[in-house]
Amino acid sequence: MARIVGGVAMSHVPAIGAAIDNGKTGEPYWRPVFAGFEFSRKWLDALKPDVAIIVYNDHASAFSLDIIPTFAIGCADEFAPADEGWGPRPVPVVKGHPELAWHIAESTILDEFDMTIVNKMEVDHGLSVPLNLMCGSPQAWPFAVIPICVNVVQFPPPTGHRCYTLGMAIRRAVESFDQDLRVLVFGTGGMSHQLQGPRAGLTNKAFDYAFLDGLTKDPVALTKIQPVEYLRESGSEGIELVMWLVMRGALGDHVEEVYRFHHIPVSNSSLGHIILESH
Amino acid sequence: MAASAYDDIPGTTVFDAKHSRAGYHLNMFCMSLMKAENRKAFKANEVDYLKRFPMTDDQRAAVLERDFNRMIELGGNIYYLAKIGATDGHAFQYVAASMTGMTQEQYAQMMLNGGRDIEGNRSKAEWAKKNG
Repeated sequence: MARIVGGVAMSHVPAIGAAIDNGKTGEPYWRPVFAGFEFSRKWLDALKPDVAIIVYNDHASAFSLDIIPTFAIGCADEFAPADEGWGPRPVPVVKGHPELAWHIAESTILDEFDMTIVNKMEVDHGLSVPLNLMCGSPQAWPFAVIPICVNVVQFPPPTGHRCYTLGMAIRRAVESFDQDLRVLVFGTGGMSHQLQGPRAGLTNKAFDYAFLDGLTKDPVALTKIQPVEYLRESGSEGIELVMWLVMRGALGDHVEEVYRFHHIPVSNSSLGHIILESH
Repeated sequence: MAASAYDDIPGTTVFDAKHSRAGYHLNMFCMSLMKAENRKAFKANEVDYLKRFPMTDDQRAAVLERDFNRMIELGGNIYYLAKIGATDGHAFQYVAASMTGMTQEQYAQMMLNGGRDIEGNRSKAEWAKKNG
C-alpha cells in the first residue's frame, strides 16, 4: 500500500530560480534564503520518498485564459520545463508517475472532486523552484512527481476549505493504491505578497506566523479564512496559500511540525517554509 | 461574499470576471511572448506585432508605454503582464516598482526593510486618511 510520509510547504518565488540559474546563491542577499533549506535537504535525503505530489499554481504557462481548470492533475510520463518569457529553466525534465496519478484522478473524481486530467503539460517555476529548494540542482530529480495545479490566477480560486478537503481525498486515494510507495506532498506558493498595483510589496509577518502555527494547532480554523481576507491581509497573491491547505489535508488529523523557516524579503515576497510529519 | 467585498482593498485590482473579459486579448498577447520567435518579432516592431491581437487602442498604448497600472486597469493580469517585463529583460522587481510610484532603488529598500507594512494598508479609508 502507498502511504504519505510527510508534507512540506514553501514559497515558489521565481527569483529563487533565477538566482540558482545565474550562480548567485552565494551572494549576501541569497545566502540566508538557501541556508534556510539546509536542514530540509538533509531531512529529505533521510526520508527517501518515491513520489512527490506537488501542489502549485501554473503562472500562465501551461494554461492560458482559454481554459482555466480549478484543479488539474498531471498524468503524463514526463513534464518539460516551460519557457516563461526568458527561455526554459535549465532544470531536469520532471518524470511523472502515471499509474498513481491516474489512480488519484479516478479516486478523487469518484470522491466528488472534479479533477481535470492533463496528459500534456509544461511545468513552470511554481513546480521547479520548490524542487530546487528541497533537492538542490541534481542531474535528475530524485523521485517521480505528480503535478497538481490549482487556479489562483483567475478570481475566484477554490476556497481554503475546498483545498483542504481535496487533500483529504488525495490521502484516501494514495492509501488505496496497491503498490508500496512513499509519497511526499508539497504545498507551494505564498506567503504574504502582492505583485500588482500601488500596494505592491505588501508583506504581513503576523498573518504568516499565525498561518504557520495554525497548520498544526488548528488547521480547520485556517480553512475558514475567506478569499477577501487573504487578499486584504496577505496581499493579492498571498491567496496562493490555499494550496498549502491541500498538503495539510493530505496529512491526516495528527501532525507534528519538524521544521520551519521564514524570511523577508525574497524579491517581492515573504518566504515561508514548513515541514510536517503525520502520526 | 458580495462581489464588492474586495473593492475596498486599496491599490489592488482583483482579476475577476469583469477584468478577465475586458483583458482577454491583452493577456493572450502576453501569453504569445512565451515563444522566442514571438518575442523577437515584438521587439523588432512593437506596433506591428500588437496589430495581430484585437486589443483596444488604449490597451495597445498602455503596452507601448509599459504602463503596468493602466494595463491592469484595462484587464491585464499580473501573471500575464510579467511576460512583458521578462521580454524586456527586466527583473520582476523592476515591474513591481514601476507600479508603486517609487524608484526601483526605493522599492528595493522598502523590501529589504521588511516590505510594505500591512498597518495602514488594509482599506481605502486608511489610504484616504494617510494622503490627507
